[in-house]
Order: sequence, then structure tokens, then C-alpha cells
Amino acid sequence: MKNKQTRREFIKTVSVSGGGLILATYIPFNNLFAGTADDPKIFSPSVYLKIDSNGVVTVIVHRSEMGQGVKTALPMLIAEELEVDWEKIIIEQADADTKYGSQSTGGSTSVRRNWEPLRIAGATAREMLIIAAAKKWNVDKSECYAENGFVINKKSKQKFSYGELVEDASKLPVPQNVKLKDPKDFKLIGKRIHRVDTPDKIYGKAKFGIDIVIPGMYYAALSRCPSFGGKVKSFNADKAKQIKGVIDAVQISNGVAVIADSTWNAFKGRDELEIEWDFGPYANVNTDDIKNEMLKHIKEEGAEFESRGNIHQSIKGEKLIDAVYEVPFMAHAPMEPMNCVAKYENGKVELWAPTQNPQNAKSEVAKALGLSENDVTVHVTLMGGGFGRRLVSDFAIEAAEISKVSGKAVKLTWTRKEDIKFGYYRPPSMHVLKGSVSADGKPLKFYHHVIAPSIRQMRFDKNLTAEKSEIKEGTVDLEYQIPNLKVTGTLIPTHVPISWWRAVYNSQNPFAVESFIDELAYAAGKDLYEFRKQMLPEDSRLLNVMNIAVEKSGWNNRLPKGKGRGLAVSYGYESYCAQVAEVSVMNNKLKVEKYTAVIDCGVVVNPDIVEAQMEGAIAFALSAAMKGEITIKNGGVEQNNFDDFEILSYDEMPVVDVHIVQNNFKVGGVGEAGIAACAPALCNAIFAATGKRIRKLPVRLI
Amino acid sequence: MSKINLTVNKKNYSVDVEPDTPLLWVLRDKLGLTGTKYSCGEGICGSCTVHIDGNAERSCILSAKDVEGSEITTIEGLAENPDHPIFKTWIELEVSQCGYCQPGQIMTLAAMLNKNASKAEIEREMSSVLCRCGTYHRIRKAVDKLVEDK
Repeated sequence: MKNKQTRREFIKTVSVSGGGLILATYIPFNNLFAGTADDPKIFSPSVYLKIDSNGVVTVIVHRSEMGQGVKTALPMLIAEELEVDWEKIIIEQADADTKYGSQSTGGSTSVRRNWEPLRIAGATAREMLIIAAAKKWNVDKSECYAENGFVINKKSKQKFSYGELVEDASKLPVPQNVKLKDPKDFKLIGKRIHRVDTPDKIYGKAKFGIDIVIPGMYYAALSRCPSFGGKVKSFNADKAKQIKGVIDAVQISNGVAVIADSTWNAFKGRDELEIEWDFGPYANVNTDDIKNEMLKHIKEEGAEFESRGNIHQSIKGEKLIDAVYEVPFMAHAPMEPMNCVAKYENGKVELWAPTQNPQNAKSEVAKALGLSENDVTVHVTLMGGGFGRRLVSDFAIEAAEISKVSGKAVKLTWTRKEDIKFGYYRPPSMHVLKGSVSADGKPLKFYHHVIAPSIRQMRFDKNLTAEKSEIKEGTVDLEYQIPNLKVTGTLIPTHVPISWWRAVYNSQNPFAVESFIDELAYAAGKDLYEFRKQMLPEDSRLLNVMNIAVEKSGWNNRLPKGKGRGLAVSYGYESYCAQVAEVSVMNNKLKVEKYTAVIDCGVVVNPDIVEAQMEGAIAFALSAAMKGEITIKNGGVEQNNFDDFEILSYDEMPVVDVHIVQNNFKVGGVGEAGIAACAPALCNAIFAATGKRIRKLPVRLI
Repeated sequence: MSKINLTVNKKNYSVDVEPDTPLLWVLRDKLGLTGTKYSCGEGICGSCTVHIDGNAERSCILSAKDVEGSEITTIEGLAENPDHPIFKTWIELEVSQCGYCQPGQIMTLAAMLNKNASKAEIEREMSSVLCRCGTYHRIRKAVDKLVEDK
């Protein structure tokens, strides 16, 4: 019954005056959708696309929307090849299903991994519609072309709408190796197409996970052990049950849940639970213990990631410097706290989950509940930010368990405090750097030893070695031509749950590397730009973005006392980025005035979204560099809310001037590409303004 | 439980809730007005901002009992006029990313513009509404444009 879905309320884009797109709940007005007999025929040559006999084109977005724009960018790829009116496309969010390929929305992969598959899906459908029309006219398909939802006969100028061709097209074999459009013929790709979901979001109509209500649903809150690794010994819910509106209290694997008739009553009931915890084996662990674990290794050489020349030789006339850099745990803290709606019934469970990782939620929930994956349905909702936090399925498992144990459909909502305290954090790291420059200002040696826990080792593969781990991301394969170089790593364990956090190791390693390159440039007595430039090949895309950043930022203009500029460059996710930060420091008070950011991400699908991602990445990375940090006390997180885990605010946001390089290189990732260079550019600027070198984040000037 | 009478978006409601229930949860769980967002629950972030008699207030720290008799406006009420200059500017400049904090941003700004607040007041108020996606840069552009057009 694949038509069933189309009869549900779904989202349609219609045009409004002013050129924007508005999302409205589309309730079909004609009776073609009303009964089985009259259901429109559906032509679906790909899992990403449906065209019905009324000509309605539906694009299925299989990646999750968290503000990064996939709900707009991915349909653009299909629509470009399909030759349809963009404003008439209906966009549907896919449920979790392996038929779509990976739905994991992380690693800045959505556009670059789907650049070809989605264009092929659109082009294949277009080709089949053209063949169907050609057959009707009894002409060769080369006599026909597609435009704006019609196939047109070049000679006769007759045309068929796509809807009229659906039935014939659906009987054709699916052609292989269809020709994709020449980039010079792109009509949508490269344009500043407005986001399809903006109006609903700003009118308060958009449904995020936390907004979902299903019939018969109750509200749940969960009490978890304050120390990671602890568990419930016993609990008494008598007082909780005296709270009006509280219906039940149940124990699940991760704590004790209270079920009530409203979110507020669930929170109140949860606060009244009396729980005796077994605080677990890590109840005495504090931040200093984790730091000491890292410090133990700073004199070691570390397992080799990359090596050339000989960093141990002594070179005549060289000037040696060394430094240790340090980065703390960090929370994602998206504005929408974790939540999930779950309905367990007759051995099946249905979830409405704000998840970046729908297929993982499906398999993890199946495992936790002892079900087959076929009995788990995951509907993906909009997300109020993700940043990697929602790649983990903990909140979905919790909701599913509560629903199963209580026998009720529930919406589990986390408080902000729980969101901060029970996250999966960006790992901390320590970085030992050593290097030298020649008397004439050339780099001679570079050594970087990364000491950090590995997400993969901690969560998926206990036997993973440092050499094979991901802690090297952002510090190996640097383009800099330095004759003697060694990059090494050491893995340390941590009981604190860790996970991907927008760019992860690409946020820490480049901070250390690009700050230390700055230190080397000062040691060499060279201009910070010239020092980097001499290490990069002439045809380097990294050099190109740096050159543009230097030009656009007015790098060579003098600044008054108390102000400074800092430069940093990065490569990641197949994209190149350069940033120049401009700061002022007065009486130890830091003000970030401006960022000039240049990105080369190859072919650009939607420049407005690329710019937004760069602006957002700078705000996100500045929060981590200047504002809050996560510290551990008695095995758990010390921070509680946005007052003790601060994030950047409006008045602290610098002007951001983004420049996108225009070229036809392979499409690169964007969501995380703006993170890496931000913190080092900031700290290099602080050094230029004050002479104070920041080697530990977050920045504390006093 | 007690009956509390609320006027929300010019409509009258009588709801059965404990008097200490924050307005936020009455709006969201009882009236189905989910455009007002929960984020910090302690009046820090501004995602839950609504208008109480025209003033921008944080609905997560206002008890429902305290706003009986007041004119309450939520983002849904403001959006009854989708041509409101704030909405048009927000769309034109594509301010929103994930969109979750945007109702709070917009309600805060709308109250400021209605009372012809000074630039300094707007700066102070907008600085108390948090956004994790980093849309501040575009919010500023939108604010500047709206203040100039006024």
C-alpha cells in the first residue's frame, strides 16, 4: 500500500509573493487521492522519487534535517536533472530504511555522498518520461526534451505533462548509465534557492521531535545516575506518585522513569523519586585524573602516524621551540534537548525520533527490546540542532524501553540539565609540539604527539591501536612542506561517554597545529602569511583560499594597539578553508570583531546554505574556544545549564565575511569544514594583539 | 487541579492544571501551541519567549496562575500575519538554520520593535536569546534592516 503515505498529511511547497517558498500542510483537494480506486498511479523509478499521474513530484529526503539544509539541497540535486518546477515539488522525510543507503547524517557527507546517486535518480526518471513520450508520438527520443514538468516534441511543439506519462513510463525498463547534465546547463545547482522549511519554522508550525503528539500519549521523564557507569540499586516512587498527574514509575536499563499527564508533572514527579544509586566504578574520577592520564604520556614519543626526514637530528643554526596544547571535553547542547516519542504495542515499536542516525536507532532499539528490526519503525523528525549528538541513539532506546515497560505510548523529554550532564562529549586532548626553523626563516622540523581517547576504541573496538584510530584526523597529510616531520599519537581511556562533535578531532588537532605553525613563524621572524606560503606548493587549493582570505581581510593593513589579526588554514571533508580573525583586547576583555572565511568546497550546490554553514561553524567553534567547557567531578559532569556551560551570545558574535571559491572540483563537505581554522585563528589573533599565547582552551585571559 | 483562565492569541481558554505549572507547558501540552519552545527551563536562553500584555517574557519561568487575565501572544499569534515585516525579512535573509530558537528570537524582537526600543535596548535583549547554530550574524542583519525600515 505505498499510496497510503501520500494520503497522509504531507508537506508541499507552494510559492508565495516575494519569491520565497512556503511550507504548508497539503491536504489534497480533489477526490483523486480520496479512495483506493481513484488513487493516482505512482511512478517511482528510484527510492528517492515518486511522480504520480496528477503530475505531483515527491522527493524523499533520506538524510536528517538539523538546520544544515539537506531538506533543500538534496531535492535540488534531483530536481536539477528531472527538469521540474522546483516550487511544485513535495518533500517527504524518509523513515529509517536500509533501502536508502546510509542515512547517517554526519561527517559532512550528505551532499558529497549523494551528489551522484540523486542526480542519477532524477536523470533516470527524466529519461524514462522522454522515452514514454517518444513512443506515444512514435518519434525517436532524440526528438524530445524535458522542461518544467513536460516532455516536449521538438518539431511539433506538442507536449505531455509528466503526469500523463507516468503510466507508460512505469512500464519501461530502467535505463542504465543515463547522461547527467553538463554543469554549464545547471538551472538550480549553484543558485541561492530559499530553504523549503524556513517559513514553517519561523511561524512556529514546524514539528520538531519535542513537538510530536500521538493519540493516547503520556509524558515521561527519566532519572539517571549522576556518575557515568552507575546504576539503580533500589528506588521508592511513593512520593513521586503523590504528585498530581503522575501515573506510573518504571525502572529501565538507564534509570527510573516517571510517566505523567504532562511534561511538567513528569519533571515534578521525577524530582520526587527516591533512588539509591550504585555510583559505579568511576564515582571518584575527576577532571584532574583524566588530565593526569594524558600527562603521563607527554614525554613519550607516541605511536607513529606519519614520518619523513629525521626530527631527531640536530641541525646547525636551527632555532628550537616546543609547546603543549590542551583541549577539554565539550558538550553539543543543541537548543532542542534530547527527546523521543515511542509507542510499543503487540511486539512492535514505533518511534518518532529527532535522530541523525535513523538506521542506528532502529537497530539499537531492536537490540535493546529484543525485537527484529522489521518490528521497529523510526519516523525522523526535524531537529533543533544536532552537531553529532543525535548520532547516538540513547534517547530512542530510553523512550522505547519506557513504552515497553509501562505499556503506554510516551514522549520522553530531557531537561536541559540532563542534556548537559548525560551527553556524549567531544573528547579532551593534549598535544605535544616541537619544531625548529633555520636562521633564514625556513621550517626545518615539526613534531606533533596527540594524546586523546578514541571514540572508536572506547565505543566500538577495544583492540583498536592508536595508529589505526581516528585521533590523527586534522594533523596528518598536512600540505605543508616541512623536511623533517613526525606525527604520533597515544590513546588514553576515559569512562566519560565520548562521541562525534561537529568536526571532532578536526577541531582539536588543527587548533594545536595551526597555533604552533604561528609560533614557528614568530620564531622565524617571518610574516605569518609568508611563512605558511613558502611551505605550500604554488597550485595548492589551500594556498589559494589563504591568499583570498589575506586579500579580503586586509591582512597587511596595520591595526591600532590592542587589536590583532590571526590566520589559520585547514583541510577536511574534501574542502579547503582559510580564516582570518580580528580581535581587540582591552583590559583583558576579549572582543572578536570579525572573521574573514574562505571556503573551497568544489562545486557549490546552494551558496546561501554554504555561507550559513560557515557562519554557524564559526559561532559554534567560538563557543568552544571562548566560552564553556565540560568538567568531571565524582564521575559525572559538573555543569548544569547555559549559565555554567555558556555558549556564544548575539553581542559576542563577530561580523563574518564568507567567500566561496568558484570552481568545478568534486563537491566537498561543508557542515564541519568551517570549524578547524576558527580556534587557531582566534588564538593567533589574541597573540598578535597581546603577546599572550593561548595553549589551553577555552581562552581565559585572566 | 484548578481551573485557570487564559487569553492566548485573543482566544479564551479554561485549563485544568496545577497553579505552579509554567505557562510554557500549558501552551505546549494543554493548548497544543508547540511553536513556543522548551530549551533551558530556567529563563536563561529565551527560546520560550511570548508576549504578556505586549512585553517579551519567558514562559518557562512564569506560572500559568500569574498570567491569568493577561493578553498572551505566542509565535502562532504573531504568525496570523505572515506578512509581518519580521517574517518577511527572516525569509529574505534566510536567518534560520535549525529554526528551534527562532520563535523566541522573533518574539523578543517583535516586542522591542513594537515599543520603539532604542538600539541599545534591542542589543541587550537580543543578546539574551541563545542560538546554537550561530544565526546571530544574520539576526543582526535582519535587526538592522528592520530598524532602518521602521
